[in-house]
Amino acid sequence: MRPPTRRRFFALSAPLLGLTACKKTVPSEIGAPLSAYGERSPHEKSVRSVKESVTPGSGATFTPLQDLEGIITPSSLHYERHHAGIPDIDPAQHQILVHGLVERPLIFTMDDLRRFPSISRIYFLECSGNSNLEEAGDPQPTPQSSAGLLSCSEWTGVPLSSLLHAAGLKPEAKWVVAEGADACMMARSIPIEKALDDILVAYAQNGEPLRPAQGYPVRLVVPGWEGNINVKWLHRLHVLNQPAMTRDETSHYTDLMPDGTARIFTFEMEAKSIITRPAGGQMLGHGPGSYEVTGLAWSGGGKIQRVEISTDGGATWKDAVLQDPILSKAATRFRFEWNWNGQPAALQSRCTDETGYVQPSLDDLVRVRGRFAYYHCNAIKTWFVKQDGSVSHA
Amino acid sequence: MLKWLLVCATAFAQTPGRPATDAEIKSMDYTVLPNGAGLPKGKGDAAQGRFLYEQKCQECHGERGEGQSGKYPPLAGGAGSLKSLKPVKTVGSYWPYATTLFDYIRRAMPYDHPRSLSTDDVYSLSAYVLFMNGIVTENQELNEKNLPQVKMPNRNGFVPDPRPDIKPKQK
Repeated sequence: MRPPTRRRFFALSAPLLGLTACKKTVPSEIGAPLSAYGERSPHEKSVRSVKESVTPGSGATFTPLQDLEGIITPSSLHYERHHAGIPDIDPAQHQILVHGLVERPLIFTMDDLRRFPSISRIYFLECSGNSNLEEAGDPQPTPQSSAGLLSCSEWTGVPLSSLLHAAGLKPEAKWVVAEGADACMMARSIPIEKALDDILVAYAQNGEPLRPAQGYPVRLVVPGWEGNINVKWLHRLHVLNQPAMTRDETSHYTDLMPDGTARIFTFEMEAKSIITRPAGGQMLGHGPGSYEVTGLAWSGGGKIQRVEISTDGGATWKDAVLQDPILSKAATRFRFEWNWNGQPAALQSRCTDETGYVQPSLDDLVRVRGRFAYYHCNAIKTWFVKQDGSVSHA
Repeated sequence: MLKWLLVCATAFAQTPGRPATDAEIKSMDYTVLPNGAGLPKGKGDAAQGRFLYEQKCQECHGERGEGQSGKYPPLAGGAGSLKSLKPVKTVGSYWPYATTLFDYIRRAMPYDHPRSLSTDDVYSLSAYVLFMNGIVTENQELNEKNLPQVKMPNRNGFVPDPRPDIKPKQK
Protein backbone atom coordinates (compact mmCIF):
# COMPACT_ATOMS: atom_id res chain seq x y z
CA MET A 1 0.00 0.00 0.00
CA ARG A 2 1.15 3.47 -0.86
CA PRO A 3 0.70 6.24 1.68
CA PRO A 4 -2.02 8.66 0.64
CA THR A 5 0.17 11.73 1.04
CA ARG A 6 0.93 13.64 -2.06
CA ARG A 7 4.50 13.18 -3.17
CA ARG A 8 6.51 15.66 -5.00
CA PHE A 9 8.00 14.63 -8.27
CA PHE A 10 11.78 14.59 -8.43
CA ALA A 11 13.89 14.63 -11.54
CA LEU A 12 16.57 11.98 -11.93
CA SER A 13 19.26 14.54 -11.45
CA ALA A 14 17.85 15.85 -8.17
CA PRO A 15 19.77 14.82 -5.04
CA LEU A 16 18.25 12.05 -2.99
CA LEU A 17 17.45 14.30 -0.07
CA GLY A 18 16.18 11.49 2.12
CA LEU A 19 19.52 9.74 2.33
CA THR A 20 21.50 12.78 3.41
CA ALA A 21 18.94 14.47 5.62
CA CYS A 22 19.70 15.09 9.30
CA LYS A 23 23.44 15.04 8.67
CA LYS A 24 24.62 18.45 9.86
CA THR A 25 21.98 20.72 8.28
CA VAL A 26 22.58 23.61 10.69
CA PRO A 27 26.18 24.86 10.59
CA SER A 28 27.96 26.05 13.71
CA GLU A 29 30.29 28.37 11.78
CA ILE A 30 29.37 31.83 10.54
CA GLY A 31 28.12 31.69 6.98
CA ALA A 32 29.21 33.58 3.86
CA PRO A 33 29.30 37.38 4.06
CA LEU A 34 26.95 39.85 2.42
CA SER A 35 27.55 40.57 -1.25
CA ALA A 36 26.87 43.45 -3.62
CA TYR A 37 25.45 41.29 -6.40
CA GLY A 38 23.73 38.00 -5.72
CA GLU A 39 24.52 34.57 -7.12
CA ARG A 40 22.44 31.41 -7.01
CA SER A 41 23.27 28.53 -4.71
CA PRO A 42 26.30 26.53 -5.85
CA HIS A 43 24.06 23.47 -5.56
CA GLU A 44 21.93 24.69 -8.49
CA LYS A 45 23.39 23.74 -11.85
CA SER A 46 20.60 24.29 -14.37
CA VAL A 47 21.90 25.99 -17.52
CA ARG A 48 20.99 26.80 -21.10
CA SER A 49 22.21 24.27 -23.66
CA VAL A 50 24.96 25.65 -25.88
CA LYS A 51 25.81 23.96 -29.15
CA GLU A 52 29.34 24.02 -30.51
CA SER A 53 29.41 26.15 -33.64
CA VAL A 54 31.90 27.30 -36.24
CA THR A 55 30.26 30.74 -35.92
CA PRO A 56 29.78 31.08 -32.16
CA GLY A 57 28.11 34.48 -32.50
CA SER A 58 25.37 32.88 -34.51
CA GLY A 59 23.09 30.17 -33.24
CA ALA A 60 20.82 29.49 -30.30
CA THR A 61 20.80 28.44 -26.67
CA PHE A 62 17.79 26.74 -25.11
CA THR A 63 16.02 27.49 -21.83
CA PRO A 64 15.94 24.54 -19.37
CA LEU A 65 12.14 24.52 -19.13
CA GLN A 66 12.11 21.35 -17.02
CA ASP A 67 13.91 23.13 -14.17
CA LEU A 68 11.76 26.27 -14.04
CA GLU A 69 8.91 27.16 -11.70
CA GLY A 70 6.02 29.57 -12.17
CA ILE A 71 5.94 31.53 -15.42
CA ILE A 72 8.95 33.88 -15.32
CA THR A 73 12.21 32.80 -16.92
CA PRO A 74 15.27 34.04 -15.02
CA SER A 75 17.02 36.50 -17.35
CA SER A 76 20.22 34.46 -17.12
CA LEU A 77 18.34 31.44 -18.53
CA HIS A 78 16.33 33.26 -21.22
CA TYR A 79 16.87 31.55 -24.56
CA GLU A 80 19.25 33.20 -27.03
CA ARG A 81 19.16 33.46 -30.78
CA HIS A 82 21.74 35.74 -32.33
CA HIS A 83 22.77 36.25 -35.95
CA ALA A 84 26.16 37.96 -35.48
CA GLY A 85 27.01 37.90 -31.80
CA ILE A 86 26.14 40.18 -28.90
CA PRO A 87 27.30 43.77 -29.41
CA ASP A 88 28.86 45.72 -26.55
CA ILE A 89 26.84 48.95 -26.53
CA ASP A 90 27.44 51.99 -24.34
CA PRO A 91 23.95 53.24 -23.43
CA ALA A 92 25.26 56.81 -23.13
CA GLN A 93 26.20 56.69 -26.84
CA HIS A 94 23.21 54.72 -28.07
CA GLN A 95 20.55 56.38 -30.23
CA ILE A 96 17.38 55.38 -32.02
CA LEU A 97 16.64 57.07 -35.35
CA VAL A 98 13.01 57.34 -36.48
CA HIS A 99 12.74 58.38 -40.14
CA GLY A 100 11.00 57.76 -43.44
CA LEU A 101 7.31 58.60 -43.85
CA VAL A 102 7.18 60.88 -40.81
CA GLU A 103 6.63 64.60 -40.38
CA ARG A 104 9.74 65.05 -38.20
CA PRO A 105 12.63 62.55 -38.33
CA LEU A 106 13.84 62.25 -34.74
CA ILE A 107 16.77 60.84 -32.82
CA PHE A 108 16.22 59.53 -29.31
CA THR A 109 18.87 58.88 -26.70
CA MET A 110 18.20 56.42 -23.90
CA ASP A 111 17.49 59.41 -21.65
CA ASP A 112 14.98 60.73 -24.21
CA LEU A 113 13.29 57.35 -24.30
CA ARG A 114 12.75 57.30 -20.54
CA ARG A 115 11.01 60.68 -20.68
CA PHE A 116 7.99 58.96 -22.30
CA PRO A 117 5.51 57.22 -20.00
CA SER A 118 6.59 53.56 -19.62
CA ILE A 119 4.64 50.40 -18.94
CA SER A 120 5.54 46.91 -17.70
CA ARG A 121 3.98 43.78 -19.17
CA ILE A 122 4.61 40.05 -18.91
CA TYR A 123 5.00 38.46 -22.36
CA PHE A 124 6.45 35.24 -23.70
CA LEU A 125 9.06 35.25 -26.44
CA GLU A 126 9.35 32.23 -28.71
CA CYS A 127 11.73 31.71 -31.60
CA SER A 128 9.66 30.67 -34.60
CA GLY A 129 12.15 27.85 -35.14
CA ASN A 130 11.24 26.39 -31.74
CA SER A 131 10.34 22.68 -31.99
CA ASN A 132 11.27 22.54 -35.68
CA LEU A 133 12.91 19.15 -35.22
CA GLU A 134 9.59 17.77 -33.94
CA GLU A 135 7.96 18.70 -37.23
CA ALA A 136 10.97 17.35 -39.15
CA GLY A 137 10.37 13.93 -37.59
CA ASP A 138 13.17 14.05 -35.04
CA PRO A 139 11.44 14.11 -31.62
CA GLN A 140 13.63 15.75 -29.00
CA PRO A 141 14.48 14.06 -25.70
CA THR A 142 13.80 16.85 -23.16
CA PRO A 143 11.55 19.90 -22.72
CA GLN A 144 14.69 22.01 -23.14
CA SER A 145 15.70 20.52 -26.47
CA SER A 146 12.12 20.19 -27.71
CA ALA A 147 10.72 23.63 -26.84
CA GLY A 148 13.47 25.57 -25.03
CA LEU A 149 13.39 28.50 -27.46
CA LEU A 150 10.52 29.78 -25.32
CA SER A 151 10.94 32.13 -22.38
CA CYS A 152 8.73 34.56 -20.50
CA SER A 153 9.69 37.83 -18.82
CA GLU A 154 8.32 41.03 -17.43
CA TRP A 155 9.34 43.73 -19.91
CA THR A 156 9.40 47.45 -19.21
CA GLY A 157 9.51 50.05 -21.92
CA VAL A 158 7.78 52.73 -23.93
CA PRO A 159 4.99 51.93 -26.39
CA LEU A 160 6.41 52.05 -29.93
CA SER A 161 3.38 54.18 -30.82
CA SER A 162 4.73 56.96 -28.58
CA LEU A 163 7.91 57.25 -30.67
CA LEU A 164 6.02 57.05 -33.96
CA HIS A 165 3.47 59.66 -32.88
CA ALA A 166 6.25 61.96 -31.68
CA ALA A 167 7.73 61.81 -35.18
CA GLY A 168 4.28 62.17 -36.74
CA LEU A 169 3.23 59.40 -39.15
CA LYS A 170 2.34 60.41 -42.69
CA PRO A 171 -0.91 58.95 -44.05
CA GLU A 172 0.93 56.61 -46.43
CA ALA A 173 2.86 54.95 -43.58
CA LYS A 174 2.11 51.21 -43.74
CA TRP A 175 5.20 49.37 -42.45
CA VAL A 176 8.04 50.03 -40.01
CA VAL A 177 11.45 48.46 -40.57
CA ALA A 178 13.20 47.86 -37.25
CA GLU A 179 16.97 47.45 -37.37
CA GLY A 180 19.39 46.24 -34.72
CA ALA A 181 22.89 47.49 -33.97
CA ASP A 182 24.41 44.02 -34.07
CA ALA A 183 27.20 43.32 -36.57
CA CYS A 184 24.74 42.08 -39.24
CA MET A 185 22.25 44.91 -38.57
CA MET A 186 19.41 42.41 -38.45
CA ALA A 187 16.24 44.05 -39.77
CA ARG A 188 12.56 43.16 -39.98
CA SER A 189 9.46 44.86 -41.39
CA ILE A 190 6.43 45.27 -39.13
CA PRO A 191 2.90 46.21 -40.27
CA ILE A 192 1.88 49.64 -38.97
CA GLU A 193 -1.26 48.26 -37.27
CA LYS A 194 0.89 46.12 -34.98
CA ALA A 195 3.42 48.93 -34.52
CA LEU A 196 0.63 51.15 -33.19
CA ASP A 197 -0.98 48.39 -31.13
CA ASP A 198 1.01 46.74 -28.34
CA ILE A 199 4.72 46.76 -29.27
CA LEU A 200 7.13 47.93 -26.58
CA VAL A 201 10.47 49.66 -27.01
CA ALA A 202 11.81 47.83 -23.98
CA TYR A 203 14.81 48.74 -21.87
CA ALA A 204 14.24 46.48 -18.88
CA GLN A 205 13.53 42.82 -18.21
CA ASN A 206 12.49 41.29 -14.91
CA GLY A 207 13.16 44.49 -13.00
CA GLU A 208 16.67 45.23 -14.27
CA PRO A 209 18.16 46.65 -17.47
CA LEU A 210 18.04 44.20 -20.39
CA ARG A 211 20.82 41.65 -20.43
CA PRO A 212 23.25 42.19 -23.35
CA ALA A 213 22.06 38.91 -24.88
CA GLN A 214 18.51 40.25 -24.78
CA GLY A 215 19.22 43.50 -26.58
CA TYR A 216 20.88 45.88 -24.12
CA PRO A 217 20.25 48.74 -23.94
CA VAL A 218 16.97 48.62 -25.91
CA ARG A 219 14.93 46.18 -27.99
CA LEU A 220 11.50 45.68 -29.43
CA VAL A 221 9.07 43.39 -27.68
CA VAL A 222 6.38 42.42 -30.18
CA PRO A 223 3.79 40.55 -28.08
CA GLY A 224 2.76 37.15 -29.40
CA TRP A 225 4.82 37.38 -32.58
CA GLU A 226 7.80 35.28 -33.64
CA GLY A 227 11.00 35.96 -31.73
CA ASN A 228 13.01 37.20 -34.71
CA ILE A 229 10.83 40.28 -35.18
CA ASN A 230 11.49 41.36 -31.57
CA VAL A 231 14.56 43.21 -32.83
CA LYS A 232 17.34 43.50 -30.24
CA TRP A 233 19.84 46.36 -29.88
CA LEU A 234 17.28 48.57 -31.66
CA HIS A 235 18.86 51.61 -33.33
CA ARG A 236 16.69 52.49 -36.32
CA LEU A 237 12.99 52.61 -37.18
CA HIS A 238 12.27 53.30 -40.85
CA VAL A 239 8.64 54.11 -41.66
CA LEU A 240 7.71 52.92 -45.18
CA ASN A 241 4.73 52.26 -47.42
CA GLN A 242 5.87 48.65 -48.02
CA PRO A 243 7.95 45.92 -46.39
CA ALA A 244 11.70 45.96 -47.12
CA MET A 245 11.80 42.20 -47.85
CA THR A 246 14.94 41.77 -45.76
CA ARG A 247 16.90 38.54 -45.72
CA ASP A 248 15.31 37.53 -42.41
CA GLU A 249 11.76 37.85 -43.71
CA THR A 250 12.30 36.17 -47.10
CA SER A 251 15.08 33.59 -47.16
CA HIS A 252 14.56 32.82 -43.46
CA TYR A 253 11.48 32.78 -41.21
CA THR A 254 9.29 31.77 -44.15
CA ASP A 255 7.55 28.40 -44.01
CA LEU A 256 8.09 25.97 -46.92
CA MET A 257 4.95 23.96 -47.71
CA PRO A 258 4.73 20.54 -49.39
CA ASP A 259 3.58 22.15 -52.68
CA GLY A 260 6.82 24.15 -52.87
CA THR A 261 5.27 27.50 -51.97
CA ALA A 262 6.40 29.30 -48.82
CA ARG A 263 4.34 31.32 -46.40
CA ILE A 264 5.67 34.82 -45.80
CA PHE A 265 4.94 37.16 -42.85
CA THR A 266 3.69 34.36 -40.59
CA PHE A 267 4.02 36.53 -37.53
CA GLU A 268 1.85 35.10 -34.77
CA MET A 269 3.01 32.22 -32.59
CA GLU A 270 -0.08 30.05 -32.29
CA ALA A 271 -1.23 28.43 -29.04
CA LYS A 272 1.17 25.80 -27.73
CA SER A 273 1.90 23.91 -24.54
CA ILE A 274 4.38 21.39 -23.22
CA ILE A 275 4.56 19.23 -20.12
CA THR A 276 7.83 20.06 -18.38
CA ARG A 277 7.51 17.52 -15.51
CA PRO A 278 7.37 14.58 -15.72
CA ALA A 279 9.05 14.72 -19.09
CA GLY A 280 11.82 13.16 -21.16
CA GLY A 281 15.03 12.55 -19.23
CA GLN A 282 13.20 12.32 -15.89
CA MET A 283 11.95 9.53 -13.68
CA LEU A 284 8.80 8.76 -11.74
CA GLY A 285 10.99 7.90 -8.83
CA HIS A 286 8.53 6.60 -6.26
CA GLY A 287 6.69 3.84 -8.11
CA PRO A 288 2.95 3.90 -8.74
CA GLY A 289 1.01 6.62 -6.99
CA SER A 290 0.30 10.31 -7.09
CA TYR A 291 2.41 12.70 -9.17
CA GLU A 292 1.98 16.27 -10.27
CA VAL A 293 2.00 16.88 -14.02
CA THR A 294 2.96 20.48 -14.76
CA GLY A 295 4.04 22.60 -17.68
CA LEU A 296 3.57 25.80 -19.63
CA ALA A 297 1.02 26.99 -22.18
CA TRP A 298 1.13 30.20 -24.22
CA SER A 299 -0.52 31.80 -27.23
CA GLY A 300 0.15 34.74 -29.51
CA GLY A 301 -3.62 34.91 -29.89
CA GLY A 302 -4.22 36.07 -26.32
CA LYS A 303 -4.97 34.35 -23.01
CA ILE A 304 -4.82 30.63 -22.44
CA GLN A 305 -8.35 29.46 -21.69
CA ARG A 306 -7.89 25.75 -21.13
CA VAL A 307 -5.24 23.07 -20.87
CA GLU A 308 -6.16 19.40 -21.05
CA ILE A 309 -3.97 16.46 -20.14
CA SER A 310 -4.01 13.03 -21.70
CA THR A 311 -2.16 10.09 -20.16
CA ASP A 312 -3.13 7.70 -22.95
CA GLY A 313 -1.64 9.39 -25.99
CA GLY A 314 -4.63 11.58 -26.78
CA ALA A 315 -7.46 9.03 -26.50
CA THR A 316 -9.00 10.73 -23.46
CA TRP A 317 -8.49 14.18 -21.92
CA LYS A 318 -8.98 15.78 -18.50
CA ASP A 319 -8.73 19.45 -17.59
CA ALA A 320 -5.62 20.73 -15.86
CA VAL A 321 -5.77 23.57 -13.35
CA LEU A 322 -4.50 26.91 -14.70
CA GLN A 323 -2.46 28.82 -12.15
CA ASP A 324 -2.99 32.56 -11.80
CA PRO A 325 -1.98 34.89 -13.28
CA ILE A 326 -3.40 34.01 -16.71
CA LEU A 327 -2.13 36.84 -18.90
CA SER A 328 -2.53 37.61 -22.58
CA LYS A 329 0.49 36.51 -24.66
CA ALA A 330 2.30 35.30 -21.53
CA ALA A 331 3.22 31.83 -20.38
CA THR A 332 0.57 30.20 -18.18
CA ARG A 333 1.51 27.50 -15.67
CA PHE A 334 -0.77 24.45 -15.58
CA ARG A 335 -0.94 21.69 -12.99
CA PHE A 336 -2.63 18.30 -12.94
CA GLU A 337 -2.71 15.64 -10.24
CA TRP A 338 -2.11 12.24 -11.73
CA ASN A 339 -2.35 8.88 -10.08
CA TRP A 340 0.03 6.66 -12.01
CA ASN A 341 -1.03 3.05 -12.05
CA GLY A 342 2.46 1.80 -12.87
CA GLN A 343 1.60 0.93 -16.47
CA PRO A 344 3.15 2.49 -19.61
CA ALA A 345 1.59 5.86 -20.34
CA ALA A 346 1.80 8.57 -23.02
CA LEU A 347 1.53 12.07 -21.54
CA GLN A 348 0.29 14.99 -23.61
CA SER A 349 -0.95 18.51 -22.97
CA ARG A 350 -3.32 20.35 -25.31
CA CYS A 351 -4.18 24.02 -24.87
CA THR A 352 -6.99 26.23 -26.11
CA ASP A 353 -6.70 30.02 -26.23
CA GLU A 354 -9.36 32.66 -25.75
CA THR A 355 -10.06 32.78 -29.51
CA GLY A 356 -11.12 29.12 -29.33
CA TYR A 357 -8.01 27.97 -31.22
CA VAL A 358 -6.96 24.45 -30.15
CA GLN A 359 -3.34 23.26 -30.24
CA PRO A 360 -3.05 20.64 -32.99
CA SER A 361 -1.60 17.14 -32.85
CA LEU A 362 1.71 16.62 -34.66
CA ASP A 363 -0.04 14.35 -37.19
CA ASP A 364 -2.63 17.00 -38.01
CA LEU A 365 0.05 19.69 -38.35
CA VAL A 366 2.31 17.59 -40.58
CA ARG A 367 -0.67 16.58 -42.75
CA VAL A 368 -1.11 20.25 -43.71
CA ARG A 369 2.40 21.69 -43.47
CA GLY A 370 4.64 18.73 -44.23
CA ARG A 371 8.07 18.16 -42.70
CA PHE A 372 10.01 21.16 -44.03
CA ALA A 373 8.10 24.24 -42.84
CA TYR A 374 10.89 24.64 -40.26
CA TYR A 375 9.12 27.47 -38.43
CA HIS A 376 6.00 27.87 -36.28
CA CYS A 377 5.60 24.26 -35.12
CA ASN A 378 3.10 24.34 -32.22
CA ALA A 379 2.14 20.68 -32.18
CA ILE A 380 1.32 18.61 -29.10
CA LYS A 381 4.39 16.92 -27.57
CA THR A 382 4.22 13.37 -26.24
CA TRP A 383 6.26 11.95 -23.34
CA PHE A 384 6.32 8.17 -22.90
CA VAL A 385 6.37 6.67 -19.40
CA LYS A 386 7.74 3.14 -19.14
CA GLN A 387 6.86 0.62 -16.47
CA ASP A 388 10.13 1.30 -14.62
CA GLY A 389 9.08 4.94 -14.26
CA SER A 390 11.52 6.34 -16.81
CA VAL A 391 10.17 9.04 -19.09
CA SER A 392 11.39 9.56 -22.65
CA HIS A 393 10.54 11.05 -26.01
CA ALA A 394 10.12 7.75 -27.80
CA MET B 1 -6.60 79.86 -32.77
CA LEU B 2 -3.45 81.48 -31.45
CA LYS B 3 -3.96 79.63 -28.21
CA TRP B 4 -4.20 76.32 -30.09
CA LEU B 5 -1.04 77.04 -32.03
CA LEU B 6 0.73 77.79 -28.80
CA VAL B 7 -0.49 74.56 -27.24
CA CYS B 8 0.69 72.59 -30.27
CA ALA B 9 4.06 74.32 -30.38
CA THR B 10 4.58 73.70 -26.69
CA ALA B 11 3.57 70.05 -27.04
CA PHE B 12 6.09 69.55 -29.86
CA ALA B 13 8.82 71.34 -27.99
CA GLN B 14 8.27 69.00 -25.06
CA THR B 15 8.41 65.82 -27.12
CA PRO B 16 11.55 63.89 -26.18
CA GLY B 17 14.13 63.48 -28.92
CA ARG B 18 15.80 65.91 -31.29
CA PRO B 19 15.44 66.45 -35.05
CA ALA B 20 17.62 64.15 -37.16
CA THR B 21 19.64 65.91 -39.85
CA ASP B 22 19.66 64.71 -43.45
CA ALA B 23 23.32 63.79 -43.08
CA GLU B 24 22.60 61.68 -40.00
CA ILE B 25 19.77 59.89 -41.78
CA LYS B 26 21.91 59.28 -44.85
CA SER B 27 24.73 57.80 -42.79
CA MET B 28 22.41 55.36 -41.00
CA ASP B 29 19.92 54.47 -43.74
CA TYR B 30 20.71 50.99 -45.05
CA THR B 31 17.21 50.14 -46.26
CA VAL B 32 16.94 48.77 -49.80
CA LEU B 33 13.48 48.08 -51.20
CA PRO B 34 12.48 45.55 -53.89
CA ASN B 35 11.73 48.48 -56.25
CA GLY B 36 15.34 49.64 -55.92
CA ALA B 37 14.71 52.56 -53.59
CA GLY B 38 17.75 52.98 -51.36
CA LEU B 39 20.20 51.27 -53.72
CA PRO B 40 23.45 53.26 -53.86
CA LYS B 41 24.90 54.30 -57.22
CA GLY B 42 27.43 51.74 -58.40
CA LYS B 43 28.08 48.76 -60.67
CA GLY B 44 29.73 45.41 -61.01
CA ASP B 45 29.62 42.11 -62.88
CA ALA B 46 30.21 38.45 -62.16
CA ALA B 47 33.66 38.44 -63.74
CA GLN B 48 34.80 41.01 -61.18
CA GLY B 49 32.74 39.28 -58.48
CA ARG B 50 34.47 35.93 -59.03
CA PHE B 51 37.81 37.30 -57.85
CA LEU B 52 36.25 38.86 -54.75
CA TYR B 53 34.30 35.69 -54.03
CA GLU B 54 37.45 33.60 -54.08
CA GLN B 55 39.13 36.02 -51.67
CA LYS B 56 36.31 36.69 -49.25
CA CYS B 57 33.46 34.18 -49.54
CA GLN B 58 34.64 30.84 -50.85
CA GLU B 59 36.24 29.61 -47.62
CA CYS B 60 32.79 29.29 -46.04
CA HIS B 61 30.34 29.12 -48.92
CA GLY B 62 32.40 26.78 -51.12
CA GLU B 63 33.91 26.91 -54.59
CA ARG B 64 30.57 26.71 -56.35
CA GLY B 65 28.40 28.24 -53.61
CA GLU B 66 27.51 24.80 -52.28
CA GLY B 67 28.09 25.82 -48.64
CA GLN B 68 29.12 23.35 -45.92
CA SER B 69 26.38 21.18 -44.52
CA GLY B 70 25.28 22.30 -41.07
CA LYS B 71 27.88 25.08 -40.95
CA TYR B 72 27.52 27.55 -43.79
CA PRO B 73 24.46 27.92 -45.99
CA PRO B 74 24.60 27.15 -49.71
CA LEU B 75 24.20 30.10 -52.08
CA ALA B 76 23.62 28.24 -55.32
CA GLY B 77 21.81 25.18 -56.58
CA GLY B 78 18.59 23.59 -55.42
CA ALA B 79 16.63 24.62 -58.52
CA GLY B 80 13.33 22.74 -58.63
CA SER B 81 13.93 21.09 -55.24
CA LEU B 82 11.39 22.97 -53.10
CA LYS B 83 8.60 20.42 -53.62
CA SER B 84 10.90 17.45 -53.11
CA LEU B 85 11.75 15.52 -49.95
CA LYS B 86 15.16 17.23 -50.01
CA PRO B 87 14.41 20.91 -50.50
CA VAL B 88 17.51 23.08 -50.88
CA LYS B 89 16.84 26.76 -50.23
CA THR B 90 19.41 29.00 -51.93
CA VAL B 91 19.53 32.46 -53.47
CA GLY B 92 18.71 30.83 -56.79
CA SER B 93 16.04 28.37 -55.71
CA TYR B 94 14.32 30.40 -53.00
CA TRP B 95 15.09 34.12 -52.64
CA PRO B 96 12.33 36.26 -54.19
CA TYR B 97 14.27 39.52 -54.73
CA ALA B 98 17.78 40.31 -56.00
CA THR B 99 17.64 43.53 -53.96
CA THR B 100 17.60 41.41 -50.79
CA LEU B 101 20.84 39.77 -51.87
CA PHE B 102 22.53 43.15 -52.38
CA ASP B 103 21.14 44.44 -49.07
CA TYR B 104 22.28 41.42 -47.08
CA ILE B 105 25.81 41.33 -48.55
CA ARG B 106 26.14 45.07 -47.97
CA ARG B 107 24.99 45.06 -44.35
CA ALA B 108 26.18 41.69 -43.08
CA MET B 109 28.88 40.06 -45.19
CA PRO B 110 31.59 38.83 -44.92
CA TYR B 111 30.38 37.45 -41.59
CA ASP B 112 33.54 38.50 -39.73
CA HIS B 113 34.01 41.82 -41.58
CA PRO B 114 30.58 43.27 -42.28
CA ARG B 115 30.41 46.56 -44.21
CA SER B 116 34.04 46.26 -45.33
CA LEU B 117 33.11 45.97 -49.03
CA SER B 118 32.80 48.92 -51.41
CA THR B 119 29.49 49.54 -53.16
CA ASP B 120 30.92 48.25 -56.46
CA ASP B 121 32.22 45.15 -54.64
CA VAL B 122 28.70 44.46 -53.41
CA TYR B 123 27.26 44.79 -56.93
CA SER B 124 30.01 42.49 -58.25
CA LEU B 125 29.44 39.84 -55.58
CA SER B 126 25.67 40.02 -56.06
CA ALA B 127 26.26 39.49 -59.77
CA TYR B 128 28.56 36.53 -59.11
CA VAL B 129 26.08 34.80 -56.78
CA LEU B 130 23.34 35.32 -59.36
CA PHE B 131 25.70 34.05 -62.08
CA MET B 132 26.44 30.86 -60.06
CA ASN B 133 22.69 30.30 -60.11
CA GLY B 134 22.41 30.89 -63.85
CA ILE B 135 20.29 34.01 -63.35
CA VAL B 136 22.64 36.54 -65.02
CA THR B 137 25.49 36.11 -67.49
CA GLU B 138 29.13 36.49 -66.54
CA ASN B 139 29.60 39.91 -68.12
CA GLN B 140 26.18 41.40 -67.41
CA GLU B 141 26.70 44.64 -65.49
CA LEU B 142 24.43 45.13 -62.49
CA ASN B 143 23.77 48.59 -61.11
CA GLU B 144 21.22 50.52 -59.08
CA LYS B 145 18.92 50.76 -62.11
CA ASN B 146 18.77 47.18 -63.33
CA LEU B 147 19.27 45.13 -60.15
CA PRO B 148 15.56 45.43 -59.22
CA GLN B 149 14.66 44.15 -62.73
CA VAL B 150 16.52 40.85 -62.26
CA LYS B 151 13.91 38.11 -62.45
CA MET B 152 14.36 35.71 -59.56
CA PRO B 153 13.13 32.16 -60.30
CA ASN B 154 11.10 31.90 -57.07
CA ARG B 155 9.70 35.44 -57.21
CA ASN B 156 6.10 34.14 -57.17
CA GLY B 157 6.75 31.33 -54.71
CA PHE B 158 5.51 33.10 -51.60
CA VAL B 159 1.97 33.14 -50.22
CA PRO B 160 0.40 35.13 -47.38
CA ASP B 161 -0.22 33.57 -43.98
CA PRO B 162 -3.39 31.43 -44.23
CA ARG B 163 -3.49 30.36 -40.59
CA PRO B 164 -5.41 29.02 -38.77
CA ASP B 165 -4.91 26.21 -41.26
CA ILE B 166 -5.16 22.98 -39.31
CA LYS B 167 -8.49 21.24 -38.80
CA PRO B 168 -8.43 18.37 -36.30
CA LYS B 169 -8.93 14.99 -37.97
CA GLN B 170 -12.38 13.60 -37.15
CA LYS B 171 -12.07 10.73 -34.74
